[in-house]
Amino acid sequence: MTPVPAHAGTGRGPRAPHGGGPRVLVFSTNGISDPGIDLAGSSHMHYPTEVVVISLPCTSGVKPSWILHALERGFDGVFIAADGEECAYLQDCSERSAGIVERAQELMEAHGIDGRRLRMAAICSVCAEPFTRQVRAFAGSLAGLAEVAA
Amino acid sequence: MSDQVTPSPGKRRIGVYVCHCGGNISDYVDVDRVIDAVKDEADVVVARDAMFTCSDVTQEEIAKDIREQGLDGLVVASCSPKLHTTTFRGVARRGGLNPYQYTQANIREQCSWAHTDDREGATGKAISLVRAAVARTRLSEPLEPLVVETTGRAVVVGGGVAGMRAAIGLADMGLGVFLVEREAELGGWVGDLPKMFPNGTDGHELARRLQDEIHRRPAINVFTRAEVVEKTGTYGNYQVTVRAGGEQIRLDVGQVIVATGFASYEPEPGEFGYGAPGVVTLADFTRMLDEAGSPLVYHGRPVKTIAYIYCVGSRNETHPYCSRYCCSAAVHASLLVTAADPGVRQYHLYRDMRTYGRHELEYIESRRRGSVYMKFADDEPPLVTSDDGSLRVTVRDLLTGGDQLAIGPDLVVLVTGMVPRDNAELTTALKLPVGLDGFFNEIHPKLRPVETVVDGVSICGACQGPKTVAESVASGLAAAAQAAAVLKRGVAELDPQVTFVHPEACTGCGQCVGACPYSAISLVERGPAKVASIDAAACKGCGGCVPSCPEDAIDLAGYTDAQIRSMIDSLLVGSET
Ligand SMILES: Cc1cc2nc3c(=O)[nH]c(=O)nc-3n(C[C@H](O)[C@H](O)[C@H](O)COP(=O)(O)OP(=O)(O)OC[C@H]3O[C@@H](n4cnc5c(N)ncnc54)[C@H](O)[C@@H]3O)c2cc1C
Repeated sequence: MTPVPAHAGTGRGPRAPHGGGPRVLVFSTNGISDPGIDLAGSSHMHYPTEVVVISLPCTSGVKPSWILHALERGFDGVFIAADGEECAYLQDCSERSAGIVERAQELMEAHGIDGRRLRMAAICSVCAEPFTRQVRAFAGSLAGLAEVAA
Repeated sequence: MSDQVTPSPGKRRIGVYVCHCGGNISDYVDVDRVIDAVKDEADVVVARDAMFTCSDVTQEEIAKDIREQGLDGLVVASCSPKLHTTTFRGVARRGGLNPYQYTQANIREQCSWAHTDDREGATGKAISLVRAAVARTRLSEPLEPLVVETTGRAVVVGGGVAGMRAAIGLADMGLGVFLVEREAELGGWVGDLPKMFPNGTDGHELARRLQDEIHRRPAINVFTRAEVVEKTGTYGNYQVTVRAGGEQIRLDVGQVIVATGFASYEPEPGEFGYGAPGVVTLADFTRMLDEAGSPLVYHGRPVKTIAYIYCVGSRNETHPYCSRYCCSAAVHASLLVTAADPGVRQYHLYRDMRTYGRHELEYIESRRRGSVYMKFADDEPPLVTSDDGSLRVTVRDLLTGGDQLAIGPDLVVLVTGMVPRDNAELTTALKLPVGLDGFFNEIHPKLRPVETVVDGVSICGACQGPKTVAESVASGLAAAAQAAAVLKRGVAELDPQVTFVHPEACTGCGQCVGACPYSAISLVERGPAKVASIDAAACKGCGGCVPSCPEDAIDLAGYTDAQIRSMIDSLLVGSET
């Protein structure tokens, strides 16, 4: 396998290979937010190419340790495109997701990573515009964090 | 297909296929560079591109590669997995590869189409996405679907033409049907319509005929004044709760078809004079035609002049779509008027006439019979005023060089479009996907026109968007066929991507047991200790229990800890090749 850059995703690591903006990992869900993100693409709405998506069945299945792993390995931010109230599996998905974010924030704090590098918003299956707006704003705020750090 | 084979020292043998999608991808992503970047990845033994990976020819080539190159993993980088996961799992199976060792990388919706402005960036991102898919596939395990028996009955929600025709179709295929209608009578809009376009079929008559057909089939159980309040259960075996006559009834079904239709646009007060006497909607007008004798009379006065204003409530900012039926319905109504009283003067004020297909013939006929058509500009709609009970319509007619014309009609018919019905309770109960226009969304308008992203739930008729009767019936039958295709088999295959426990890591703390609302996890004896055990048939595959385990002892197949971590790592690898 090709080696992985060994730097922390705290804005200090090398710039993204694609463009130059902050690298954002999105956790989406197969049934709810991923169709919303697909719709953004089919509608040719643009967002930075440094935003990449890993899709899972449900937001409640995101491990806090994955978020830490992503940030430590080189992502500048993690965005959870949550299925929120629309979750087809778990009625309390929103509360569970909030708990996951809380635990991830604790882990991040323990590892000296700024809590603002993790953001969550509910993205519905047709939330193309909200997704685009949210990830653009998030990338913008991450770029701001990098400037402060520099 | 250009061909690039590299012998690999790795343990796995993965084939990667990158799709041009006829330009939808390759216009914005340099596909050759993607291939170049991944062909030397460990474990990748085949890396090729194709104009359309989903074409029959390419599918067969992939299956052949699997057999001849002994592939044990497959990656197709193309469109959204929502469209072609099933297709390529099928290809894998045909080649002798376990379908769950296939990963689809979404380099169209989530790459080329989202970055049409940045070829360099999109190419780099596509490379990352393909690498991540390879990483996931490298750690994939063969999985066998769980086979469960299905309930050979369906519930159809909505008893308009679409729902009635779907119910009859299902019954004729030997399946039991519950037909749930909110109103007291079956029929929907059609049940209230007089002669309809095309062919002049009478709406009441058509609805009655369908009702007779339904009553003749004992396999169809009709509930009127009834509504769906809840759906629970698993694929192929759902429990749908219906509220009817103050009672809650539980229906055991294998599939759900939604055919709840549309609402007619209600103009705002004052919109084209709406609210003034003599200004009516197309729905009001067809009702009048139905009830009125000949000659046509409005409020005791004979109607001698009619002005129709088209596109009311359609093709504007709030409802940007065309409602499809209204041009043809208004033209048809005017022919009915002429047939009853050839002396009535009829003026049609339109933006664009869309009497598509054979409906055009009625448009030609109406002009031949004296209807006058005037085209107004999008930004200069006609003005309707009412003075002392007499109506006046002024319009600038683009067909006569922009002359300002005035008409004094007895009746103004606002040719109103279709809007989504207010169906919040049903939408929530079935978790129906609602589009930006407020109608229900199918997975794909061309390839999967009646299925929704919600397993076991299809949609048909005008609840999907404006449709004529013929189109509604066709989609009703399509939904029936889709549902029957699942139910007639008697068994359904459940996704084997469910959770599993690593017993050696489990301490039996029981955290996961409480995390599963489906009671899929229990603690079982393992030697002297207790460990968690998962009932694969009860597990929904959400992975909600995974983060609850303090020992990292639970994994979701297809999304294991190792797979996600290696995907994250791969997404970060530089794209320079
Ligand atoms: C004025 C007018 C004239 C038209 N003329 C023509 C014509 O000449 N030719 C033509 O081809 N088309 C015509 N159309 C279009 C035609 O009406 C539609 O194509 C057709 O009605 C669509 O059928 P449907 O079954 O999808 O929806 P609908 O007719 O709307 O039936 C839906 C049914 O679902 C029920 N329902 C809704 N919500 C629920 C719920 N939550 N639970 C249970 N039941 C529910 C409703 O009560 C209704 O019975 C006309 C439409 C209008 C308004």
